Formats: sequence, structure tokens, C-alpha cells
Amino acid sequence: MEHEGTLSSPSQYIEHHLSFNTQGAEASFWTIHIDTIVMSIILGLIAMGLIWMIAKKATAGVPSKAQAFLELIFDFVDDQVKNIFHGNRHTFIAPAALTVFVWVLVMNAMDFLPVDIMAAVYGFLGIHKWRSVPTSDVNTTFALALAVWFLMIYFGIKVKGLGGWLHELYTAPFGTKFWVWPFNFLFNLIEYVSKPLSHSLRLFGNMYAGEVIFLLLGLWAATGVSGLFFGALLGAGWSIFHILIVVLQAFIFMMLTVVYLAMAHEGH
Amino acid sequence: MNINFTLIAQAIAFAILIWFTVKFVWPPLLGAIEKRQKEIADGLAAAQEGKASLEIAEKKSAQSLGEAKQKAAEIISQAEKRASEILEDAKNQAKEEGDRIILGAKAEIDQEVNRAKETLRAQVSSLAIAGAEKILLKEIDKKAHSDMLNKLAKEL
Repeated sequence: MEHEGTLSSPSQYIEHHLSFNTQGAEASFWTIHIDTIVMSIILGLIAMGLIWMIAKKATAGVPSKAQAFLELIFDFVDDQVKNIFHGNRHTFIAPAALTVFVWVLVMNAMDFLPVDIMAAVYGFLGIHKWRSVPTSDVNTTFALALAVWFLMIYFGIKVKGLGGWLHELYTAPFGTKFWVWPFNFLFNLIEYVSKPLSHSLRLFGNMYAGEVIFLLLGLWAATGVSGLFFGALLGAGWSIFHILIVVLQAFIFMMLTVVYLAMAHEGH
Repeated sequence: MNINFTLIAQAIAFAILIWFTVKFVWPPLLGAIEKRQKEIADGLAAAQEGKASLEIAEKKSAQSLGEAKQKAAEIISQAEKRASEILEDAKNQAKEEGDRIILGAKAEIDQEVNRAKETLRAQVSSLAIAGAEKILLKEIDKKAHSDMLNKLAKEL
């Protein structure tokens, strides 16, 4: 694997590969990760654009192969949503789930790009810090989880009314007695805090760890012939295993999104 | 791992993507799939219907065939009955006719016989008179004996 001369120590190597292309003041909230945003938007546009092109030409007759493939994904997502959410899923929840699944999947899939070769490509373009996997940036996963969180509250209020929603905050899950209200509220508070955290950190942790392991294998490959051999072999193994993780994490993220939104529609 | 403005940008991008999917991607796919499902269901229903109507038609044709067969058999038996009746009638008529002819013939024969008897009687009486005239010759008065002779001829 390629190795830049200036980054000879392992910690420097890893730090280099895991640093964002930032814009704005360092360590301030108004910093922007250009790489994360550009990659995620490009991937989102390509993925949803492709799907849109197929969907536009969708026919009820004999489908094209692309349409048949898209229908597989569609049916898969629709089935999952149908099993969890019992309402009119077609107006929002099912398409949202499709978006989440497809977008997270393509963003996760960027993990397959070999880090050092991509670094060389980006370097050739004059970019020296560029992370390819948007989902290994906690900002991305947290943004998604937070958006789902707001949707959750929105649907909770929309379905139960503001009064009903507040009522449920204090009366579920332990009951309506006056003295359990604080416990109920505390319980719901923890639930509302833990949902976006577990939702976002699960995806982030998996993708980040995957990247780190690729980097460690890359480091090993730089140590000599045996290192190269085992690094390449294990790198291939990890890549293959990562196919599962990439799809599985996208699936889990979608399922949690659907479950949270469905829970917001149902009373306790 | 630091939270920053990227988060808001990503959330906005996410919202736009969801909106795009809800608006442009999901409806045509759903429409196409649901339409196909409906078409398949309709096709299956039509096939079922066709099958059912075929069955009904088969039953009907079998029924009408049976009816026709029964009718034909009825007609044949009627015809046979009629034929035997006609035959019987013809036989009876022929017999009656024959009887009548025989009766007529018998009556004619009787008449003939009577007539022959009459003739014969007349001839015998005239012969007897002639014979008696020759035997008795002069002694016979034709006028005095003609009554007796006629009586005799009638008795013959």
C-alpha cells in the first residue's frame, strides 16, 4: 500500500486519515466538515437521482431489470414498515425509511474504498485531508438521528395532540397516580435522550471502527513482506465481512427509524 | 469526534432527501406496483370467471344433450308405437274388408244358387209338363191343369 513519506509514524498516519477537511474556526461549533457534507450530498444525489430516474419510468407492465431491482428494495422496505407501522405508511414513513436505508447504505459503502489509494487520488486533486465515509462522522449520524427525533416528537404531538403528548410524558409507563408523575417524566426523559444517542452512535461506532481497522491493517501492510501478505489477506477478509456490516447497519438504522416513528404514533 | 455545524447541514440535506423521496420517488413506484398487483388480481379473477362459465356451459351442453337424447328416444318409441298401431289398424281393416268381401261373395253365390234353382225348377216343371202332356196327351186340358202344374212347379 502507498505510504506518504511525511507521515511515517503510525499515530500520524492514523491521525491524518481520520482528520476532517474543516472549514471555519477550529474547535468551534461553526466549523464545517467539507468532506462529510460534499460526500454525503453527492452520494445522496446520485443514489436518489438514480432511483428517481427508474421510478419516473416505472411501468405496471413487464419491468426493466433496473426497475425489478428497485422493486426488490421497495418491497423489502415496504414489508418491514408494514410489519411495524399500522397506519397509512405511504404518505411519509415508508418513503422516509427508503431514503434512510438507501442513503445510509451508500454512505456506509464508501468504506470499501481503499483509504490510501483514495488518499492518493484526492492528493492528486490537491486535497490532502478527505474522509470518504460520511457515516463515520458523528455529525452525520447524529444529524439523521436528531431529525428522526424531531419527527418522533412531531408525530407524537400530531397524533395525540399537544395535551395528549404532554399527558403521556407524565402518565406513561407507570400510571396516572399523582405521585408517580416525576418518575414517569424522568423515565420518558431518559428515553428521549437515549433514543437519538443509541440510534446515532451505533452506526457511527460501527463505521468508525471499521475504518480504524482498515487503517491498522494498512499500517501492518507497511511493515514488510509478511505484513503486506497478512495485511492484504486480512484486509480482504475484513472487506468481505464489512459488506455484511455496511448493509446490516443501514438496515438497523432504517428499522430503528421506523420503530421510533411507529412508537410515536401509538399510545403507551 | 466533535459536534459542529456539519450536523445542521446534514440534517437539512436529510430533510431535503426525505422530501424528495416522499414527493417524487415513492408515488410512481407504489403506483406501478399497485397497478400491476391489481392487473394480476384482475387477470386471475377473469381466469376464474372464465373457468366457472366454461363449467356452466359444459354442464348446460351436457344437459341439453341428455334432453335431446331423451326426446329422440321418446320420438322413436312414439313412432314405433304409432307404426304398430297403424299396422294393427291396417290388419283389422284388411280383415274386415276380407270378411265383407267374403260375405258379399257368399250372398252372391246364394243368389246364383237360388237363381239356378229357379231356372232349374222352371225347366223341370216345363219338362214335367211336357212329359205329362206326352203321356196323357188328349186327356189333359191345359186350362184345367195349369193351376195344378204351376203349384207343382213351385213345389219343386
